[in-house]
Amino acid sequence: MTNQKKKIFKVLSPTAILGYGFPKDSFARGMAEKPDLIAVDAGSADPGPHYLGSGKSFTNKEGVKRDLTIMIEAGLKSKIPVVIGTAGGSGASPHLEWCANVVREIAIENNFSFKLGLIPGDIHPVIIKTALNKNRISPLDHKTPLTRETIENSTHIVAQMGVEPFIEAHKNQCDVILAGRAYDPSPFAALPVMKGYDKGLALHMGKILECAAIAATPGSGSDCALGILEKDCFILKPLSSERKFTRMSVSAHSLYEKADPYHLHGPGGMLNLEQCVFTQLEDGMVKVEGTIFEPSEVPTLKLEGASLDGYRTVSIAGIRDSLMIDTIDEILLDVKNRVQSFFPEIDMHKKLHLCIYGANGVMGVLEPEIQKAHELGIVIEALGDSQDEADTICSLFRSTLLHYGYEGRIATAGNLAFPFSPSDIPAGEVYRFSIYHLMETTDEDLFPLIYEAIKGAGNETD
Amino acid sequence: MRLTELASVIRSKNAGPYLLTFDVLFKNRSCFENFKNSRLMTIEKAAELYGTDVDDVVSVIFFDPADALKITINRPVVSGGLGDSDIYGAQQHAPLLDWQFDLPV
Repeated sequence: MTNQKKKIFKVLSPTAILGYGFPKDSFARGMAEKPDLIAVDAGSADPGPHYLGSGKSFTNKEGVKRDLTIMIEAGLKSKIPVVIGTAGGSGASPHLEWCANVVREIAIENNFSFKLGLIPGDIHPVIIKTALNKNRISPLDHKTPLTRETIENSTHIVAQMGVEPFIEAHKNQCDVILAGRAYDPSPFAALPVMKGYDKGLALHMGKILECAAIAATPGSGSDCALGILEKDCFILKPLSSERKFTRMSVSAHSLYEKADPYHLHGPGGMLNLEQCVFTQLEDGMVKVEGTIFEPSEVPTLKLEGASLDGYRTVSIAGIRDSLMIDTIDEILLDVKNRVQSFFPEIDMHKKLHLCIYGANGVMGVLEPEIQKAHELGIVIEALGDSQDEADTICSLFRSTLLHYGYEGRIATAGNLAFPFSPSDIPAGEVYRFSIYHLMETTDEDLFPLIYEAIKGAGNETD
Repeated sequence: MRLTELASVIRSKNAGPYLLTFDVLFKNRSCFENFKNSRLMTIEKAAELYGTDVDDVVSVIFFDPADALKITINRPVVSGGLGDSDIYGAQQHAPLLDWQFDLPV
């Protein structure tokens, strides 16, 4: 009997991040389950602002190509859609185009022909400025209001799309859907929601499947998982004998990277897990029921943007002299002040940062431990408006510290142990998160679809 | 005693670029119930362990379905900002490992 007749909907999630890989055996077991959809999350904001700002992918091209080739081949063969959310890692236009090029390359090399749906996740600055003028934008988890200047300075601005743009692409029978920045569960939940399955359950299942087998035990970000959605519950099934889902592993996953495990906010509403029940089934499967989707009165989209902050140069050195370690804070402040005196027009507190491993290098101001270490590792970080400026500030600080005659010094040949020559490393462009705000919107056309007929021997756009 | 005697997982991670979140997964229901009922972990205690203002502790939540405790605080520096020392926020859990307390019997 088909899934449709049984009134169940199966989603195969191959891997936690497109490009992280998955065992072919697990994937084959997933396909043997006759899934209705193959979906994958290809992104994360975790690796920091550099990738969104620079337009570069944090995943490896060959890894992405390998994963996508297997997925697209299986999807076409079984006539089920393949859906990718947050293409290229950050989901802005250069990331989407990068991933689309991988898809086109796969099609040519394997002689695949199919209908590709592209959904850009970028939001035009004019739309954001209009919303700003109407007081429809508020900071999320911080207090810095958005300004026109910040919007203009951001190299890329994306919004996490909900299920609607994906549903539009499914209605138009796309074989492969490649989306820009998306709410992680959207690629998994859109098709079942379109077919009338409960939105709360579909999104919650997507929330777990977007991490593939991470919610299993032992967890893995590079193994497959299957979700089986029914009318009033969903079931998670492992696809490798090495791991199983347990009541605890699945419920604990609700905590992951979230501030409040009972209330998971997303585009258009919130998942309420207060009444959620997790039940252990046989064969390492877990049943989940009771999740409720509560639509917001005013729907919001989460905006993410990054802007160029300058250029970075770093230098790494060690200190073993106990006399120097005793007064390291004063020494570093003295040297910083000396460098400041060479550049009175530059505020060194905004240009120089010292990360001291062995003191508070890992935890910074949150470090409660005050015990003295026998050696320190110091990372000098200099920022400049140009790479030259960053190089100059770093070089000056490093050379001044190396020969600084601090109070009580008895080792007069040099204060630093450098592991490398050259000691200074130009690290290139520095981006920062400039926008992390909620935008109220009822506009359903923010994510326009682009169709492309992919032909194995070559492409044409229709 | 220490949390490691009661919990099998103690971890930290970003919850978005502005928040740090800590998960404590207890070994079993009785460890969880004993600790939860002790009321040892509060917003004030979290602030004390991390040397932050009480206002910078966003929430302390006991999640019954997973026998888990979740603490969320504001990041001192946004992820990837100048002076940030842990982009993923994955190594900020040590004060929870070191915390010593008496669990009422």
